[in-house]
Amino acid sequence: MECYLDNSATTRCHEKVKDIMVKALTGDFGNPSSMHMKGVEAEAYVKDAKKTISNILKVNEKEILFTSGGTESDNWALIGAAEANKRSGKHIITTVYEHPAILNTCAYLEEQGYDLTYIPVDSKGIVDTGALQDALREDTILVSMMYVNNEIGAVLPVEEVSKIIKDYNKNILFHVDAVQGFGKYRIYPKKAGIDMLSVSGHKIHGPKGIGFLYIDSKVKIKPIIFGGGQQGGMRSGTDNVPGIAGIGAAAAECYHNFEAKIDKLYELKEFFVSGIKELEGTTLNGPEGREGAPHIVSVSFEGIRSEVLLHALEDKGIYVSAGSACASNKPAVSKTLKAIGVKKDLLDSTIRFSFCEDTTREELGYTLEQLKEILPLLRKYSRR
Amino acid sequence: MFTAFLIKYGEIGIKGKNRYLFEEALVNQIKYALARVSGEFEVTNEQGRVYVEALSDFDYDETVEAMQKVFGIVGICPVVHVEDEGPEALGDAIVDYMNKVYPNCSKTFKVNARRARKNYPMNSMEINAFLGEKILACNPDMKVDVHKPDIMLNVEIRQKIYIYSEIIKGPGGMPVGTNGKGMLLLSGGIDSPVAGYMVAKRGVKIDAVYFHAPPYTSERAKQKVVDLARKVSQYSGTIHLKVVNFTDIQLYIYDKCPHDELTIIMRRYMMRIAEHFARENGCMGLITGESIGQVASQTMQSLLTTNAVCTLPVYRPLIAFDKQEIIEVAERIDTYETSILPFEDCCTIFVAKHPVTKPVLERIEKSELKLTEDIDRLVKEAIDTTETIIVRATE
Repeated sequence: MECYLDNSATTRCHEKVKDIMVKALTGDFGNPSSMHMKGVEAEAYVKDAKKTISNILKVNEKEILFTSGGTESDNWALIGAAEANKRSGKHIITTVYEHPAILNTCAYLEEQGYDLTYIPVDSKGIVDTGALQDALREDTILVSMMYVNNEIGAVLPVEEVSKIIKDYNKNILFHVDAVQGFGKYRIYPKKAGIDMLSVSGHKIHGPKGIGFLYIDSKVKIKPIIFGGGQQGGMRSGTDNVPGIAGIGAAAAECYHNFEAKIDKLYELKEFFVSGIKELEGTTLNGPEGREGAPHIVSVSFEGIRSEVLLHALEDKGIYVSAGSACASNKPAVSKTLKAIGVKKDLLDSTIRFSFCEDTTREELGYTLEQLKEILPLLRKYSRR
Repeated sequence: MFTAFLIKYGEIGIKGKNRYLFEEALVNQIKYALARVSGEFEVTNEQGRVYVEALSDFDYDETVEAMQKVFGIVGICPVVHVEDEGPEALGDAIVDYMNKVYPNCSKTFKVNARRARKNYPMNSMEINAFLGEKILACNPDMKVDVHKPDIMLNVEIRQKIYIYSEIIKGPGGMPVGTNGKGMLLLSGGIDSPVAGYMVAKRGVKIDAVYFHAPPYTSERAKQKVVDLARKVSQYSGTIHLKVVNFTDIQLYIYDKCPHDELTIIMRRYMMRIAEHFARENGCMGLITGESIGQVASQTMQSLLTTNAVCTLPVYRPLIAFDKQEIIEVAERIDTYETSILPFEDCCTIFVAKHPVTKPVLERIEKSELKLTEDIDRLVKEAIDTTETIIVRATE
C-alpha cells in the first residue's frame, strides 16, 4: 500500500489542473504580451485564474500578482514593502517560527539596517498576542505572520492580531504567509485586515513554480524583479501561463465542496491522533482537533531518530517528513519545535504527517498498524 | 587549429614483450574517455606511437581534460596537420604555427624534424636548418638553442606533415586493465574513492562493494556512493558496484556482542563479504581507504584484527597519508564535494561512544562465537540479496 502523508511538503497535481496546463502548454501556448491572437488566447487563461482567485478571496482582480511560488511571494512582500515604506520607519515584526522564506528574508533585512522583533509562541504554537502588543512601536512598518505553521499546524488568530496592529496604527502593513492555510480556511483579506497574502500552487494540488501575492491596492510596495514590465511593471517576466492556469484551477477545486472536505480532514485527523495516543512513547505537538489545522499532525517518538523512522516507514510505502522537509534535506534542528519548547531529546525524534482530501481512513489505519510494529523494533536498536 | 593529439606514455614503453598489451589497454582507455566528449575520434597505435585524430569538430578543452584522466598518459601533444605541398609551403605553415601558438615570443627554440617518408626532397638536418631560418626571419626576438630550447618544435614528415611543440601533462601511471582487478570497499566518505583512484592509477581495474543499512541509511546515501563510483570510473573505467544490505548483520552483532566491539566486528564481516565478491569476480585483492590511526577502527591493532579474516591481500594506498593529504587528492579528482554531503553511512550509526581502539584478536574472535547461531545464514542472505549496479563514466 502506498500512503503519501507528506502533503505539506507538496501535493499531487489535480487531474483538472493537469488538463488545463496541457492545453496551455501545447495548444494555447502564446505569450500573453503578444499582440496577435495567440497572445490573446493565452491572456484569457491568466484573466480566468485571476478572476477565480479574486472571487475566492473577495478582492479585486488587480490585487492578485503571480510569482514563482511561496518563497518569492514572501521575499517580495517583505523586501518590497520594507523598501517602499522605510521613510515611515524601519521596524518589522514577525514570529520566531516562520518559514525560512520569511526568517531568512528578515535576516537579510536586518543586514540592510532594519530592526526586527521576533514574537514568541506558546507551547501549542499560538502567537503571543500580548508580546505583539508590547512590540509595536512608532516606527513599526510591517508585521508578517504565518496563517498555519507548516510543522505543527498551529493557526494564527488572524483577526485578533490584525485588530491589535490596526488599533495601534492603521498604517502598519500586515502580511500573512498563507502557504499552508490557503485552501484549508476561508480567508477574506479585506474583512480580516490582511494587506498582503502569500500563496503557493503546489501545496494545493497545483503545479510547482507558481504562486501569488495578494497586495491590497492601497499598499505601497516596490518590485524586486525587473524586466519587461509585465503585471503592470510590478513583477516582470513572461507570464507563466500554464502555471497560472494551474493554480487557478487548483484554487477553484480546493474551495469546491469546501466544508465537506474540511470536515473529512478533521475526521481523519481525529482518527489518526487517537491511534497515535494509543502508541507508547508518543507526544503530539501543536493544537489538537479544530484548534489546529485539519491536515497536519506532528508527533514525537521517544527514543527514535526521526530520519530512521522516516526510512523505515518509507520501506512500507508510507511517505512522511522529519520535522519539516520543505526547506532542504539537511538535518537541522527545527525552529518551530524549539519555539514551542519540545524537549531536547525529542527534537530529532519528530515526524510530520500531513493529509489531503485524497487521504483515506484505510491509509491511516495501515500507517498506525505499521507504526505499532516498527516502533518497538527501532527502540530495541537505538543508539546506546 | 589542432586536429590531432600525439600521446606520450612513460612506463609502459619499457615493458618488453608485453608492450603491445599495454598499448592496447591504453588505446582502449583513451576511447573510453573520449566517449563522453562530443566529437568523433580515431585512436590508433602504430610504430610505437598512439595518435588521437579528430574526425569531426570537437571541443578542445573537453578533449584534453578527458585524456588527462587516462592513466598511462604522460603527455598530450596537440598536433597540427598540413598537406605536403613542398618545402616552401611547409615553411609558411611553420611560421603560421609559431605565430599562433607563441605570439610575440622571445624564447629559444629548436626544430626537430623526422622523416618517416624518406623520399622527401630534404633530409632531417636540412629541414631543421631550413625551417629554423624561416622562423628566425619572421620572429627576430627568438633564438635557436639546440641544447636546452624553451620550445622543441617537432616536425614529422609522413603522408601528411605533423607539427607539434606543446606537451600537456598527463596523469602518469599505467593503463587500467594491465594489472588485474581489485575490490574496493567504498563507503561514501572521503578516503575510499581516493584509495580506488590511486590503485587504479597503477593499472588496476576496480570493482566496488558498498554496505547499505536501510532504514538507518537513506536512499540518498546510496545514491551518493553511486555518484562517487561514477567519479572514480572516469579514471578507472566501468565499475561493478555491489550494494550489500547489511542491516540485519549489523543489528545481530549489536544484539549479541559487546557494544564497544561493534565497529570492529562489523568491519570483519564487511571484509569477509567483500572477499567473497572479490573471488567471485576475479579480483586479486581488496582495496580500502584506511589510514593508520585515523579512527578507532584504523589503529594498528584494529587493522591487524580486521586483516585477520582476509586471505586475499588488502591494499591500503592511503595507509600513511594524513587527512589533509587525502583531502587534497579528493579535491583534485573532484570527489570531495560529494563525499562531504551529510548523509550517514552505516559505519557511524550505531557507533559506541568509546569503541575499542586496541582490540585483541583472540577476544574479538571469542565475541564472534556469540554469533554462531545465525550469522552464516545472515551473511548468505546478504550476499544473495546483493544488488549489482554497473557504473559507467558516460552516464
